[in-house]
Amino acid sequence: MDYKTVLKEINEKMNLKFSILSLRDNEIYLKVEPCDFKNICLALHKLTFSPIASLFALDTRKEKGAFELYCAFMSAKYKKCFFAVTEVMQDNPKFNSLAKEIYSASLFEREIKEMFGIEPIGNPDTRPLRLHNEIWPKGLCPLRKDFNMPITPGKTEDYVFNKVEGEGIFEVPVGPVHAGIIGPGHFRISCAGEPIINLEIRLGFTHKGIEKLFEGKNVSDALKISECVSGDASFANSLSFSTAVEKIANIEVPENTQMLRAVFLELERMYNHINDIGGIAVDVGFSFPATFASIVKENILQMNEKITSSRYLRNVNSIGALTINWDKDKTQIVRESLKKIYKDFKEIKEILLSSVSFMDRADGTGILKKKTAEDFGVTGLAARASGIASDLRKDFPGIYAKVKFNLIKQEAGDCLARLNMRISEFEESIKIIYEFLGKIEPQAITQNSYGMKEGFALGYVEAWRGALLYWVKLNKIGAIERCKIVDPSFLNWQGLSFCVLGDIIPDFPLCNKSFDLSYSGNDL
Amino acid sequence: MRILKNRILKGIVTKPLDKNFALSKELETVGVELKKIIQEKFSRSLHIREVDTGSCGACESEIISTTNPIYDIQRFGVSFVASPRHADCLLVTGPVSKNMAVALQKTYDAMPEPKFVITLGHCALDGGIFKDAYYTERGVKNIIPVTFHIPGCPPKPLDIMKALLTFLKKA
Repeated sequence: MDYKTVLKEINEKMNLKFSILSLRDNEIYLKVEPCDFKNICLALHKLTFSPIASLFALDTRKEKGAFELYCAFMSAKYKKCFFAVTEVMQDNPKFNSLAKEIYSASLFEREIKEMFGIEPIGNPDTRPLRLHNEIWPKGLCPLRKDFNMPITPGKTEDYVFNKVEGEGIFEVPVGPVHAGIIGPGHFRISCAGEPIINLEIRLGFTHKGIEKLFEGKNVSDALKISECVSGDASFANSLSFSTAVEKIANIEVPENTQMLRAVFLELERMYNHINDIGGIAVDVGFSFPATFASIVKENILQMNEKITSSRYLRNVNSIGALTINWDKDKTQIVRESLKKIYKDFKEIKEILLSSVSFMDRADGTGILKKKTAEDFGVTGLAARASGIASDLRKDFPGIYAKVKFNLIKQEAGDCLARLNMRISEFEESIKIIYEFLGKIEPQAITQNSYGMKEGFALGYVEAWRGALLYWVKLNKIGAIERCKIVDPSFLNWQGLSFCVLGDIIPDFPLCNKSFDLSYSGNDL
Repeated sequence: MRILKNRILKGIVTKPLDKNFALSKELETVGVELKKIIQEKFSRSLHIREVDTGSCGACESEIISTTNPIYDIQRFGVSFVASPRHADCLLVTGPVSKNMAVALQKTYDAMPEPKFVITLGHCALDGGIFKDAYYTERGVKNIIPVTFHIPGCPPKPLDIMKALLTFLKKA
């Protein structure tokens, strides 16, 4: 399908005006007037059949005397990323909220409000997400360029939870410090008798200010930060960041390197999926397969260490290249380890799926409806478990076009569906790795020299949780001007808060683990 | 049935590691020493409560790894508990996000005496890679007193055990 039909329809049928700001690779930037911004976004949402992938602001008051607002749609149908760009006046900054028409915009708008102080008119919920009211002075916007350290103390206020009222309703607060070895987050569960009728998730406890930290850094320093955005998706983060930078600087990445990167991405997917399969078993109280799974995870991590000298694949990726070499021995190590791993994996699968009491807990628990998932822009594995066939490896394949694999999809949307997704994706990943290994040639460590230039681009990767996006803008000297990260967890946490409704509290850990979302990736 | 079959086939679960003997030998020596010291100093067991104050998640993953059947730190007398009220030691990761400062302090206050704090990972020491970020307290030591630090980003499970041993020997 030609993307021009979309633009034509917007222009002629809907009579909305825009000018094309930039058109390169698969990104189309449409410059629109502030008054048309909302309508263009709604039109793009409808015509490209895609939720909002990202909505973010830029402080360009120094250059343009106004803020800039970007709204991104990634269309699988047209194989393009559409961006609507507009300016927001610097005095009295406001824009028309999209949240009532496109729910997935809501969180992004709250983020823009707290980080830039730009008011989304009409958004019913403008509470801060990460800068907790009790701690952070009101009205201080850290992502504005004139924000300075140290912060001046100011007025703080209490956070207001959504309250459910009625006879016999009680609240169960959980967190931020949990019983297990896990990240911090606060869950406010409202119950009527046994069933949960509302779950409010308050995050931001691991907020550090990563997006601000990126600013002013050179590209290689920024790459190191990206690896620490979410520890269990280090490689995906660095890959997403580096693809954005490579696009800006027009760096051609050799095919062999791209294939190796895909192998590492799949290895990351595998150790996380097996970790979650074990985690789901733990939360049901089925410890044998759980410990069995932790052995498999350890085996994958040790294999990672053997081939890259890092268990979490850190310091492996660099701009346009890899920092490690590849030879026949490494191919052999991966092949042999995978053979053993797959044998153990099959056993775990059989044990889990043949246990009646386990299946009873997982089946039908925590159903995320397809419509809800679509509305909130839930992405990746969680979306596919609810019947949404979206996967960046298929929609924007890149190097994945070279291998054959199936897009796994489930319809039920419950914990079992998400477990089955993990099991099938684990198997697909092994297939993908084998196929790539057959094509990969040995290569030495490549030294690449590159010049950075001004520009902006979107990097994207299908990380193991879902679509991981890095929108990067570099300034004249090649330093980061703005780096907007959208971790799949950011959108998927909302999915969790809807899927537990109607279930009982003991099922909450199970639902939580079946999503296994990142605290750090969400909070940044 | 399958569980039984696997149990018999696998034997002691540390078995698969035997081929990787360099690691396994070291693990056993460290472990036995660790156990001896914990026997002496803590009369049989050391209970640790873990708190994440804003780490990326990799440190947590490695701490969990020390409890998997391959390292199995529990058999040497170290266990991770669910409440600070049951703990001898607080193990803290992350640079301490401003939002977590109060929670960390409260967790520390909830622990019974005698107690001590160990930090784990580069960012827990002084903020690490997040040192210059606006929303961190630049390390655990700025909130609660810290006795020992385990370096690494993230430290490997065996390194965690070794560091714990060095510390307990000195203490």
